[in-house]
Amino acid sequence: MKLNERSVAHYATCDSPADHAGFLRKRVERHHHHAHHHTTSYQRCWFVLKGNLLFYFEERESREPVGLIVLEGCTVELCEAAEEFAFAIRFDDAGARAYVLVADGQAAMEAWVKALSRASFDYMRLVVRELEKQLEEACKSLAACRKSPQRSSSSGRKRHLTNPALLPLQEKPIILENGYSMWGSSGGGSTPGGAACPDRDGGYVKPPPLPPRRRSAAGSTTGSPTSGFSPAMPESPVSPETACFSKLHSWYGQEIMVLRREWQERQKRGHP
Amino acid sequence: MRYNERELLSLARQPAEKAAEILMRVPKKGSVLKKRLVKLVVNFLFYFRTDEAEPIGALLLEHCRITKEEENVFSISFVEEPERKYCFECASEEQCQEWVEALKRASYEFMRRSLIFYRNEIQKMTGK
Repeated sequence: MKLNERSVAHYATCDSPADHAGFLRKRVERHHHHAHHHTTSYQRCWFVLKGNLLFYFEERESREPVGLIVLEGCTVELCEAAEEFAFAIRFDDAGARAYVLVADGQAAMEAWVKALSRASFDYMRLVVRELEKQLEEACKSLAACRKSPQRSSSSGRKRHLTNPALLPLQEKPIILENGYSMWGSSGGGSTPGGAACPDRDGGYVKPPPLPPRRRSAAGSTTGSPTSGFSPAMPESPVSPETACFSKLHSWYGQEIMVLRREWQERQKRGHP
Repeated sequence: MRYNERELLSLARQPAEKAAEILMRVPKKGSVLKKRLVKLVVNFLFYFRTDEAEPIGALLLEHCRITKEEENVFSISFVEEPERKYCFECASEEQCQEWVEALKRASYEFMRRSLIFYRNEIQKMTGK
C-alpha cells in the first residue's frame, strides 16, 4: 500500500507542536530460524509523538524519521518485559506484533504511557465534542440570562455570571448563537463581524481563530499551528500561550482526565 | 521510512467518516482520472480500486491543503510540495463541497486548534 511518505516525513520534522518527545529504547526482535530462540536487543532512538503518530529517529538531529507507528486503535501497557521502565504498544489485530519500548526512568515511562494513551484521533474528537457542548451550554445560559425580561440587568448578571469582566456584554446586541453556529457550519467561512463574545481584555470583538483556509474561496491550508490565530491576539492572563504546547497539554490534561474518567464510566455502565 | 502497514490496513477497514466512489488522479506524469473508492478514516484518506478489499494507497491528511478547483473538482496537496496535486472529480458540486469541508476538518492539527479555541471561549464566558 502506498503512503504519501515524503509528506509524512516532512510532518514529522516540521515545527508543528509535538505532544511528547524523548529517548526510548526500542526492542528489536531477531529470529534465528536454525535455533528456536530469538535474541532480544534494544535500539535507542529519539521518539516524537504528534497526534496519533509516533515517529522515531536514529538521532535527535536526524532530518528524517527511521520509522512511524500509527497509534490509532492501540493500547498501551506497562511492565511488559523483564526490563525496568518498559511498556508496550499493542494492537487489537490478532497476530500483530507489540512495540516494546523502554524509558530512562519511572517518570519518563509514566509520561510516555500517559501521552500515548491519549494519542488517538477518536479520543481527541471526543474531547473536542465535549468542549463544544460545554460551550453551547455556557452560551445558552449566558444568552438566557441576558434575554430575561423579569430581572434587572445588574441582578441578572450577578446571579449568573461569575466573571465581572463580562458585564459590558449587556450593552452590545451580539447574538452569541450566531457566532458559534458559524464555527460549526460549513457555510461561507467567517466574517469579522460574525464573532463570538467580545474579548474581555479589550472589549473588541475577535473572530474565532479559524485557520485561514476557511476564509478563502480557493486554496487553504490545514495544519500550520499559529496561522489561524490573529497576530494581535492578546494572551489571556490565565490561559497559557498557545505556542507552548507542553504547557497547554498539562493545563488541559486535568480536564481531559476528568472527561476521560466520565467517558469510561459511561462505557462501563453498558453503552455499547 | 518504516511504518506499521498492517495497522494502517486495519484502519482502512474501520467505519469511515465518509466514503464514496470518486474519480481520482494522482500527481504522476501521464496519470488520468480513475474511479476509486475513497474512504476517510480519522486523519487518513484511503483509496481503493472499486472491487478490491485492500487500498491502493493512503494519504495522511496533516499539513495538507484542500483546494476547491473547477466545478465538481477539489484537490489535495501538501505544504512542502504545493504543485503536486491529488485531484478528485465528484458527481456533483454538492458532493464536492461536502468532501472539501470534511477533509478540512480531518486533521489532528485542526482538532487541536478547535480544542484551544473552545477552551478559550468557555474560559472567557464562564471565567473558569
